[in-house]
Amino acid sequence: MEMKKSRKILLTVIGIIVAVYTLFPFYLVVMNTFKSANSIVSSPVGFEGISVSQLMTNLSSVVNNSNFNFWYAFGTSVIITVVSLIVLALFGGMAAWVICRNKTKWSTAIYMVFIASMIIPFQVVMLPLISTFRDVGNFVGISLLQSIPGIVFAYCGFGGAMTVFILTGFIKGIPYELEEAASIDGCSPEGTFFRIIFPLLTPVITTVTILNGMWIWNDYLLPSLMLGQNGKVKTLPVAVQAFVGSYVKQWDLILTAALLAIIPMVIIFLIAQKQIMNGMVEGAIK
Amino acid sequence: MSENTTNRKMLSLVLLAAGAVGLVVALYLDFSGSGNAMRGPLLLIGAIAFLIGLYLFPTVEHHRSIINFIFLFPLLFTFAVTVIIPLLLGIFYSFTDWNGIKFSGFIGLTNYTTMFKDPAFIWSVLLTFLFVIFNMVLVNLVGFSLALLCTSKLKGVNFFRASYFLPNLIGGIVLGYIWQFVFNNVLVQVTAAVSGHQNSILANTKTAFIAIIVVYVWQYAGYIMLIYVTGLTTVPKDVLEASQIDGANAWTTLMKIKIPMIASTITICTFLTLTSAFKQFDVNMALTNGTGSVADFMGSYLTNGTQMLALNIYNTAISKNSYALGQAKAVLFFIILACVSIIQVRISNKKEVEM
Repeated sequence: MEMKKSRKILLTVIGIIVAVYTLFPFYLVVMNTFKSANSIVSSPVGFEGISVSQLMTNLSSVVNNSNFNFWYAFGTSVIITVVSLIVLALFGGMAAWVICRNKTKWSTAIYMVFIASMIIPFQVVMLPLISTFRDVGNFVGISLLQSIPGIVFAYCGFGGAMTVFILTGFIKGIPYELEEAASIDGCSPEGTFFRIIFPLLTPVITTVTILNGMWIWNDYLLPSLMLGQNGKVKTLPVAVQAFVGSYVKQWDLILTAALLAIIPMVIIFLIAQKQIMNGMVEGAIK
Repeated sequence: MSENTTNRKMLSLVLLAAGAVGLVVALYLDFSGSGNAMRGPLLLIGAIAFLIGLYLFPTVEHHRSIINFIFLFPLLFTFAVTVIIPLLLGIFYSFTDWNGIKFSGFIGLTNYTTMFKDPAFIWSVLLTFLFVIFNMVLVNLVGFSLALLCTSKLKGVNFFRASYFLPNLIGGIVLGYIWQFVFNNVLVQVTAAVSGHQNSILANTKTAFIAIIVVYVWQYAGYIMLIYVTGLTTVPKDVLEASQIDGANAWTTLMKIKIPMIASTITICTFLTLTSAFKQFDVNMALTNGTGSVADFMGSYLTNGTQMLALNIYNTAISKNSYALGQAKAVLFFIILACVSIIQVRISNKKEVEM
């Protein structure tokens, strides 16, 4: 199956052209954070006007900007993402195990509702969601809007269906004899789950965590509605949106903010490239 | 041993009782409308104490059921509060004059008739369908071609794969602003040098729509490519070799072997692009925010030339404060997506039967 040399070269050239095209916007972002506002406008593509000191100026003016509040937004995003992922993996695993190992009418019905709910678009629930959260918050005296626990709660609800769906498929493949053996040895059901089943779920929980993590980290609509555009608590996408809104056309600041928002994702991608790409595919195929 | 059991039973009963009392007191404080700050924490502590009491309850025959309940409860509860209740409320509100906080009465189908009389909304719906069709074709074509490229025996295939996928990692809002910069500051200079015009393509409704498609394909094709790559690697090597020996050229191999063998992957990718293009919001908002003039559509002048359905719903409710109308539009959106999903399930089931 040897390709002709000329074709090989042609394909490689096409591949490189497409790669240049996909990476070009990233190149622009990185390049222009080294420039002052004036040089960005006069030469957005070239190397003219590049200096490290300008990068430092841009970075410090964005990071120290009280409207953007980068570290605060970054920390909020990290906390929300990490806590939501842990909660989803734990509760999702627990629920999936119960659904999978109990062949009753109830568990089948619950599973069906979870599956069916995956077609519900966020737009149809977002408006009543806000009012429900506001009402419940007022009613019980715990603020669910403009609070990190409220957002984690919402992500647990929205991510639950897909998490259970993927985990159930995996748990079905774990031999039931394992659990029987454990229970004969005197292991309680909860012990069986936490000591035997949960550790076995590691690969599929990695998949679920990647899928949910990409979604939660990049999500804009849910936090913007729940936290509000000008609220105190902001995630990174909400902060970028608010920042751009107040600094129209100040590309030196906007692109630096964009760079700061991109970097964490790119670093994680470079570290766990294989897992992320495999996880994204597995999630789609199931 | 028996003392242990008695202790456990005592503890369980105490916790159950304390939890129940806590819950009742907290709920009483809620319903009585007192602003007591303790009621929230009390409710939480009560619920947790009740669950722990339930867990410690000394019973052998019901222990498994109790564990099932405790394990299911957290996810089901959050799911009910965030998805099921808002969905039912949302459908209900779409028949009322709800203003986001409360409603004063039923207005029947008025919201639905209003939205179908609104040219701006019809425009958004048609535009969304156009966008979906364009994207379904383009993303799949580009994704599939890139997948063929990435499964061929070239050097640097891994680099290509990673760089094509990279745009997918970044959220639509940030992407939208980066591309806004590309179109408004970089591309303008190119067109100015070529034709002398200084117009950004985002300023014109038609070209701005094309720009949204370009950005979307740029972002999504890499993801679809990955799924096609997985599909293509499942095509058995010996079949490909056999066709080679029989003298099939690359084109025949592609049309007669590869494409038929990955039919199920094609179905998956088609519906994936379909549903995600329907829901497109972030890029639309960041790139044009739906602006763009349309001189004459159904007899009126429109200013939402590039506004797609999801953004239209958002703007109707949040910017224009017409919550009930926005909700009615969202219900229609839901119905469209549900139909699409049901068709998908039908098609994939049929395929599986045939195979």
